[in-house]
Amino acid sequence: MLEPAPFFALENITKRYGGVHALRNVDFACSRGSIHAVLGENGAGKSTLMKIMAGVVQPDEGSMILEGVPVTFPTPSAANRAGIVCIFQELSLMPELTVADNITLSSPPRRFGFIDGRAQRRRSEELLARVGCEDINPLSRVSDLPLSRRQLVEIAKALGRDPKLLILDEATSALTSTDVDSVYRMLFELKARDLSILYISHRMHEIEALADRCSVFRNGRHIETFAKGVRSNDEIIGLMIGREIEGQFPEKPKRPRPAPLITIRDLCWENHLKGIGLEAGRGEIVGLGGLDGQGQKELLLALFGVLRGVRGTVTIDGQPMLPSSPRAAKGGRARMALVPEDRKSEGLILSMSIADNIAMASLDRLSHGTFIDPGRTRQAVERAIEQLRIKIGSAGDPVATLSGGNQQKVVIAKWLATDPDVILLNDPTRGIDVGTKHEIYRLMRELAEEGACILFYSTDTEELIGCCDRVAVIYDGRVVRELDGDAITERNLIASALNIVERREPVHV
Amino acid sequence: MSDTVLAPAAAEPKKKTLRWGDGLSLRWRKHAGILGALALFLVLYLFYQMSHPRGFTGQILIQNANEVFALALVSMAQTVPVLMAGLDLSVGAVMTLVGCIASHLVDGSPTDIALGIVACIAAGATCGFVNGCVVVYGRIQPIIATLATSAIYMGLALILRPTPGGKVQEDLSWAVASDVHEFAATFGLFDDGEATWLQPFAWIPVPLVLLALIILVIWVPFTRSVMGRTVYAIGSSETAAYMSGLPINRAKLAAFTLAGLFAGLGGLFLALQTSSGNADIPQAGAYTLNSIAAVVIGGTSLLGGTGSAIGSMIGAMVLRTISFNFRIFDVAPLLQPLFEGLVLLAAVSIGGLKLLRLKNRLEIFR
Amino acid sequence: MSRRVNATTALWGLRLDPDDKPVAFAVGFVMLILLIGTGYTLYTQGSAPLLQPQYLLQQLQVGSFLGIVAAGLMLVILLGHIDLSVPWTLTAAAMIATAVGGPWAIPAGIGVGLVVGMVNGLGVAYLRVPSMIFTLGMNAVMRGLMVAHTGGFAPQTAATDLMQYLAVARIGDMIPAALLVWLAVSVAVVAILTRTTLGRSIYAIGNRERAAYLSGIDTNRVILVTFALSGAAAGLAGVLLAGYSTKAYQGMGDAYLLPAIAAVVIGGTNILGGRGRYLGTLVGVILIVLLNSVLSIMQMLEAGRQIIYGCVIISMLLVYGRGARVTG
Repeated sequence: MLEPAPFFALENITKRYGGVHALRNVDFACSRGSIHAVLGENGAGKSTLMKIMAGVVQPDEGSMILEGVPVTFPTPSAANRAGIVCIFQELSLMPELTVADNITLSSPPRRFGFIDGRAQRRRSEELLARVGCEDINPLSRVSDLPLSRRQLVEIAKALGRDPKLLILDEATSALTSTDVDSVYRMLFELKARDLSILYISHRMHEIEALADRCSVFRNGRHIETFAKGVRSNDEIIGLMIGREIEGQFPEKPKRPRPAPLITIRDLCWENHLKGIGLEAGRGEIVGLGGLDGQGQKELLLALFGVLRGVRGTVTIDGQPMLPSSPRAAKGGRARMALVPEDRKSEGLILSMSIADNIAMASLDRLSHGTFIDPGRTRQAVERAIEQLRIKIGSAGDPVATLSGGNQQKVVIAKWLATDPDVILLNDPTRGIDVGTKHEIYRLMRELAEEGACILFYSTDTEELIGCCDRVAVIYDGRVVRELDGDAITERNLIASALNIVERREPVHV
Repeated sequence: MSDTVLAPAAAEPKKKTLRWGDGLSLRWRKHAGILGALALFLVLYLFYQMSHPRGFTGQILIQNANEVFALALVSMAQTVPVLMAGLDLSVGAVMTLVGCIASHLVDGSPTDIALGIVACIAAGATCGFVNGCVVVYGRIQPIIATLATSAIYMGLALILRPTPGGKVQEDLSWAVASDVHEFAATFGLFDDGEATWLQPFAWIPVPLVLLALIILVIWVPFTRSVMGRTVYAIGSSETAAYMSGLPINRAKLAAFTLAGLFAGLGGLFLALQTSSGNADIPQAGAYTLNSIAAVVIGGTSLLGGTGSAIGSMIGAMVLRTISFNFRIFDVAPLLQPLFEGLVLLAAVSIGGLKLLRLKNRLEIFR
Repeated sequence: MSRRVNATTALWGLRLDPDDKPVAFAVGFVMLILLIGTGYTLYTQGSAPLLQPQYLLQQLQVGSFLGIVAAGLMLVILLGHIDLSVPWTLTAAAMIATAVGGPWAIPAGIGVGLVVGMVNGLGVAYLRVPSMIFTLGMNAVMRGLMVAHTGGFAPQTAATDLMQYLAVARIGDMIPAALLVWLAVSVAVVAILTRTTLGRSIYAIGNRERAAYLSGIDTNRVILVTFALSGAAAGLAGVLLAGYSTKAYQGMGDAYLLPAIAAVVIGGTNILGGRGRYLGTLVGVILIVLLNSVLSIMQMLEAGRQIIYGCVIISMLLVYGRGARVTG
């Protein structure tokens, strides 16, 4: 097979966030007229790679070569001008503006200096038609569209910038199968027009159907690039996992499964939760596995009383308990705690002090009536800082001054101060350094030993294997498989996350 | 394994070709706020006209239009910063200051008058531009920045007019505050306003004509410019606007300048209509606060990104019509604020009902 | 992020941190005002009334009404909201207090403020109406109700003796009673902000309501209570002001809203909420009051005053109130 000349090449790229390597010495190249799939687990460095290519972040080391010429992209618009357009996972549409306004936002068609509404509408219709969305009216407001349609609008917007290299980062995650088909058609058409396309996806069959070449990333390294069909799905999964499990996790106690403390039956909410059933007892760490966005976060939020209109039953010690607010959840029959998804906007108040943040959830326990007891608060804060070994200058400093790992420790400390029975963890180790991760694993085990019941959602399969007594793999709002003890393996986890658990034969489209 | 794509449970409306009526209904929906306000206004105004003891006359229409004009423009001025999720507390002060300037300058020979009018318009725009500079380069919150500049503008107005007074050219004063026919007659246009083709329009009050002109000549082009688009984009998501490479600072300056211009036009008219200037602090404050109410009634979100100056103009008409109604029903005119307040509270509280539909309580906090 | 909060100063001992900067600047400015004013009087009259304790106490007595309003308003601004209903809440409280009379006059006045504040809180917290617009509407409603109540005339009823005593009396011929009331309110606000769960919750909501909610804080209730407190403070100010002028009158609250906002902001409180110390507000009020009195000693015309107000606010904020640049 003749290798086409690379269109865009990255050489020796390294990117660190704090002390964490997101990418290490990565070489990568893509060519015109091909669809190149990028594979890897969450946190393998794919997204960082895309962000560097699109000018959103700058690499610490390394160089980029576009059509033989070295380039740097200080801003996203610089990358756009060079013909590199990225569709990110987080949508970048303006919800209050119309579809047409959004599609032509940065360079609207103009007549006599004024935006030509009709031309803008025609252009939007053209672009929407190319992604198979003739039914979206360019005049509708983006906020009125369902998520899947927005994703297509996002693709249309990217096409409108006339890309030479189009990067799709999980751009089909919310699409229905019909929509996916039209996106496929569009991508093939673009390929025929000699565009270079990078495609990130977790869905094996999509990659099968689309890609000409595949690159596997793992732990910030580029592992291997191969043409489609060279490797079987099993081999690809093997490459994605590929690492030995280091002795970084505390030992799991061997003992019979405890009586359930919390029992969840048939929990439903909107179309995110479709009848979740799960049990967890004191002393247990129960993992929630699966791909991103299958309802794990919603499950935790539902248990914590954030969601409205949750159906199903949750019992604690046999007593029904479905809290109606976080306040009820933390003060109920069993005290619950939630370490939320986004520590910067949900877990912490960055501009307030470390001490204020640690005391935030347990103020009622630290006060007499309405007055905060300064002595007890200081003690509690000092105890928490000591217990979690949070590295700080002074407890009066704003949390914003701490590193990511220490910030996450503050979130955990805040909830430990409430002495919780049920601890809900939403990906608590995302974006923090290895050392702190180990401390968090050890702490989780200690808390379980002391009688807490822990529900642990993680996007990192290694963690689920190392930490959990049991793992419930969630797919499309349901628990599709529960793995116990030795059955918790990477292969089982990934296979059930892709919902291909029942079939052992190679995957076909 | 044939399909791991989301199950059909997440089925969306299937493909359908665009129906002809779709565009129309979407345009209607886009302007739902304005249309709601318009309906409210029409109901209130019809009610007023029908209950009026002297029935519908051109004189009443002219009087109403004169009373609406200044508030309508001040409300349109307020709309622009609100679209960017800001607020301009100086619109009333700018209106007053320009009014005081007009009471000095708009008199004498036709050239003097023309120059005076140009100076007034420029003064309004300058005040707005200064606001914009303080907000953009001083990086001070718009609400506080304009609170401070409004004091300065009021001070300047007081220097110009320590006591109410002044004078504008009488013909002009008469002409702009009457109907098209009188306007033409005063200036000897179109056979003194007797031209046959003019007759169908002769009854229209001049202030309404001016309002329509201002919207057509200033507002509509603005919304179609990249600046206008950027103003909406900033209100929708300032970060995303920045990421899209839009000219944020220039758009903010333009927005405040436009606000100053609108407020200045309001002040100019007020001076023409009353033939005097009056640096009345409570009146300026009342105009500012009423402008916020008019903006909200007109369907513009205080959170920015959506709305229109046209809606605010109608909002101002609604507010004024409420007081017209009071006048004829001989309710103590001092009771007016109570009902104005209740209408406002009722209008905005209805919006609160949509919270009941939110399934994820975190969305309440945006 | 340069926004910082230090509600824990009381817990962790006094340290100079970024929050002290506005206070230091405002104090410096107060000194400057006194200096300029004294220089002026020395030059024109050969005396220095501004430095006489009697004169200063007199000014503070007048300033205590503004101080009480600003204290309540600050709580609301810390939440990230605003209370534009202050003028007529204050007036309504004054009118109802004088109308009720007798021993229940003062509780009735404060109660009016409390109720108005609670309605504001209900609208802002539970209906999520922007506070700017809801409190504006409440202001109009209160104005309408009071006009209906009085028939549009100045009420004929007089302030009770106790109200007058609180507003004008001098304890030991020296300390104005009104000043003591202001002091009591100040102590209460400081206690709320630094020592109570309510205060901590106010800062948390002002910074990030989402995180506060997920920490199990009943954010709606906190908003409700805070607005009620602000209303009660306005009510108290109204009661005192009625005592000071022996009666209530139309529009008596109009002169209090904007100076109170200015005082709070000059004192370093972020208008978007979440950051600010009461000490700053206190100094801000003193600054406004002294600025006022020096300007009247100088017989400055209203026009000049307005301009000087505006310039002072802008220049103080340019020094320390600037926001962060917008970047990705």
